Amino acid sequence: MNYVPNTASQQEQLLARIGVNDIEELFQDVPESVRLYRPLNIQGGMSEQELVKHVKALAAKNSSLEQYTSFLGAGAYEHYIPSFVDQLLLRQEFYTAYTPYQPEISQGTLQAIYEYQSLVCELTGMDASNASMYDGATAMAEAALMSCDATRRDKVLVAKTVHPEYREVLQTYLEPRGVKIEDIEYSDGVIDYDALGNTLNKEIACVIIQYPNFFGSVEDYVRIADMAHSLGALLVFVTNPVALGLLKSPGELGADIVVGEGQVFGNPLNYGGPNLGFLACREKFTRRMPGRIVGATTDHNGKTGYVLTLQAREQHIRREKASSNICSNEALCALAFTMHLSALGKQGIHDLAHLNVQKAHYAARQIAAIQGMSLAFTSSFFHEFVIQTTESPARINEELLKNNIIGGLDLSRFYPELDHHLLFCVTETKSKEDIDRLVTVLEGIK
Amino acid sequence: MKMEPLIFEQSAEGRCAMSLPVCDVPEVDLDTILPSQLLRDSKPELPQLAEVDLVRHFTRLSSFNHGVDTGFYPLGSCTMKYNPKVNESLARLSDFTDIHPYQPEQLTQGSLQLMYELQQDLCEITGMDAFTLQPAAGAHGEMTGILMIKAYHESRQDTKRTKIIVPDAAHGTNPATASMAGFNIIQVPSNERGGVDIEALRKVANEEVAGLMLTNPNTLGLFDENILEIAEIIHSVGGLLYYDGANTNAIMGITRPGDMGFDAVHINLHKTFSTPHGGGGPGAGPVGVKEFLEPFLPKPVVEKREDRTFTLNYNPPQSIGRVKTFYSNFSVLVKAYAYIRGLGGEGLKNATQNAVLNANYLMSILKEHYYLPYDRTCKHEFVITSKNLTQYGIHTLDIAKRLLDYGYHPPTIYFPLVVEEAMMIEPTESESLETLDQFVEVMIKIAEEAKRDSELVKTAPHNTLITRLDETAAARKPNLRWKKE
Repeated sequence: MNYVPNTASQQEQLLARIGVNDIEELFQDVPESVRLYRPLNIQGGMSEQELVKHVKALAAKNSSLEQYTSFLGAGAYEHYIPSFVDQLLLRQEFYTAYTPYQPEISQGTLQAIYEYQSLVCELTGMDASNASMYDGATAMAEAALMSCDATRRDKVLVAKTVHPEYREVLQTYLEPRGVKIEDIEYSDGVIDYDALGNTLNKEIACVIIQYPNFFGSVEDYVRIADMAHSLGALLVFVTNPVALGLLKSPGELGADIVVGEGQVFGNPLNYGGPNLGFLACREKFTRRMPGRIVGATTDHNGKTGYVLTLQAREQHIRREKASSNICSNEALCALAFTMHLSALGKQGIHDLAHLNVQKAHYAARQIAAIQGMSLAFTSSFFHEFVIQTTESPARINEELLKNNIIGGLDLSRFYPELDHHLLFCVTETKSKEDIDRLVTVLEGIK
Repeated sequence: MKMEPLIFEQSAEGRCAMSLPVCDVPEVDLDTILPSQLLRDSKPELPQLAEVDLVRHFTRLSSFNHGVDTGFYPLGSCTMKYNPKVNESLARLSDFTDIHPYQPEQLTQGSLQLMYELQQDLCEITGMDAFTLQPAAGAHGEMTGILMIKAYHESRQDTKRTKIIVPDAAHGTNPATASMAGFNIIQVPSNERGGVDIEALRKVANEEVAGLMLTNPNTLGLFDENILEIAEIIHSVGGLLYYDGANTNAIMGITRPGDMGFDAVHINLHKTFSTPHGGGGPGAGPVGVKEFLEPFLPKPVVEKREDRTFTLNYNPPQSIGRVKTFYSNFSVLVKAYAYIRGLGGEGLKNATQNAVLNANYLMSILKEHYYLPYDRTCKHEFVITSKNLTQYGIHTLDIAKRLLDYGYHPPTIYFPLVVEEAMMIEPTESESLETLDQFVEVMIKIAEEAKRDSELVKTAPHNTLITRLDETAAARKPNLRWKKE
């Protein structure tokens, strides 16, 4: 492949104008001792057809969810994405543009981000949203830092029912800043409210909880909100936006900052990335948000237009005093989110959430009826649930795999105490036939 | 051109673009399975449109944007090179897209192998020993690298290192990153040749310094010839060198950060390796390190087993931890991998050579019409200013806005901060002589307009969808969302 349009004779013309004899002369300021005088040892230099063949051969070593029926969730969800989304994402005006620094020729991106922010606010019950973060976990870590900043406290509580990988990222982000993290234990799949009561005090900047939580269960959010707020701590919700088609917005339940993973709308699984983290908050915290924010304003003729705003928070202006170092975010993923969620609309998101919850509950009832399997917790759940097994989860998943089914997540990976537990997820992508087939294979495992 | 109403303003009660399957399982009352106090009383006010309306809405919005395929995009420091279409197709193969991150590893060997090979290629290009592909963007990579430097010092019980040195010409992300990682920032000035002021660096280099963050070539597009001396100064006091790889397009196959003395480096795949910017992401900011920093890489680490299969190691004991859920912005990696293997070693060097050639060509002409603060050979980009036009009341912002009228994306403006009225121009290798000449012609024309008819330039743009926006009002009274009245 070669994407250099200049011909050899044009290169000569350029050199002549510059006043040098060859390209080498342009690198004379690179000290001899650091020059690389050998070719880079990189395989390749292929024609397009050879390249396609090579990469396809690599891809073929994978087995995708086109070949396997998967019941995995745990932070990455399989949802059907309408075809128009990807076709529009391939409009070069969207995908080849940079961050919209020049608003006069970036109104497409800017207005779409404004619409994205509006959708996130509407769904979460918050007043303001930024233009997106890298993923749900980094959004959660930034929300914790915002909370410390807003409350001038340096301790956060996080429920053990929050995604374990999110909590790992939290640790990575907060530890260097000297912020202490304490985990809140769980019981029966939800927060242990006594444990929460015992750890909460006036030094806590925020309590971080998940909605629905990592096990798929819903907590008693209003109770947690009261407990946190009574001691001046903020409440950070990590939310799956699909569930908000049926469930009350975190804003109604007392959230101060809402974050989550937006992959569920418009973005394929992609082996875990790119995803997009959303981050929204109550109005009083707006100026503490990290990252890009788009606002509406008017031009010299009074025409409405959109522009990157509140930039005095950001790294390119405030440098070491910025609210975060984030620069590039996940704009195109946020655009996909906007398209898919707009396609669902007011009724569609309700119906989607309904389908997810009904299918998951059907599957849970069927699986729990199998001998040697039962629901691990009595708490209410959305579209994920934990099954306790007498047989080893590894063996169960092995048997399922032989039948082209990818079973639930073996929870011992993150919770050593849950060594005979599987986390199943069922979305609208699974038909009754798929679920029944899963159940039949499970029943056959002796 | 007509503005486009917000998607919410095009809503009609009862419309829906998406058809969902009928529920084929026996349904139960929601009240019996979820706490009734958690169920919504009313549906969220999401827009209700037919598919055709949605498609037209976003198509019209797209037409308000300027992309690399629209035309020349010499946005300095951003490397707006052509984004090859074949890479988009390859990243969309269902064997890459329809893969759950927790699928058993035996079903994801292709993805793992691609990641492993990309890590090896990036090691070769940068002269590093190990790479992580996890960071989702350049600034994310910076944070990963700086946390590793911190972990390294701490592992040696060397806890007095509380400072990171950053040159005044550095990207804003550098000091912001070091601050996020809990360090104090020491800024060093630039010298008269645009490089790091060596004497000033010597004065601040001491045993409290954890490291130095540097871009080379720097944000002026100039290669710092003193790089070995800089490395020696920092290393001699026990500090480490971090390379901000935003400008890697200037050095591929010519020199390597690892050979210059850097200990850690991040690469912006969305700059040097042609993956598209998406209007502000997704990008990817892989980080490479020398062998002694390898134990601190974020987890999980992609490894090759003796039986030539690939696996993720979740338990490297000294790891800084996890910086992101799952493994990476994987589809971005596919595009970068395809670019690197498509070009091969020679092709990458050729890209760098032509990027530098194009930049020097533009500079050699534009310096006759604008002010060039550092008149020496540049690398892949250079900085000129409007200093010669301020006597006509014309500033860099005016030139940038006038460029919009001629169909160009302007250069990066007012950066780096060390140069007043800066315009940072990066043509990249994927532009032809014809394109460069047309741009030069317009830049010369604008300089003439500035002298002859400054009002025309000051009030630009004139041919765009909107004119200059009231940014002060936007910040003073933020309107950040649509709300139903």
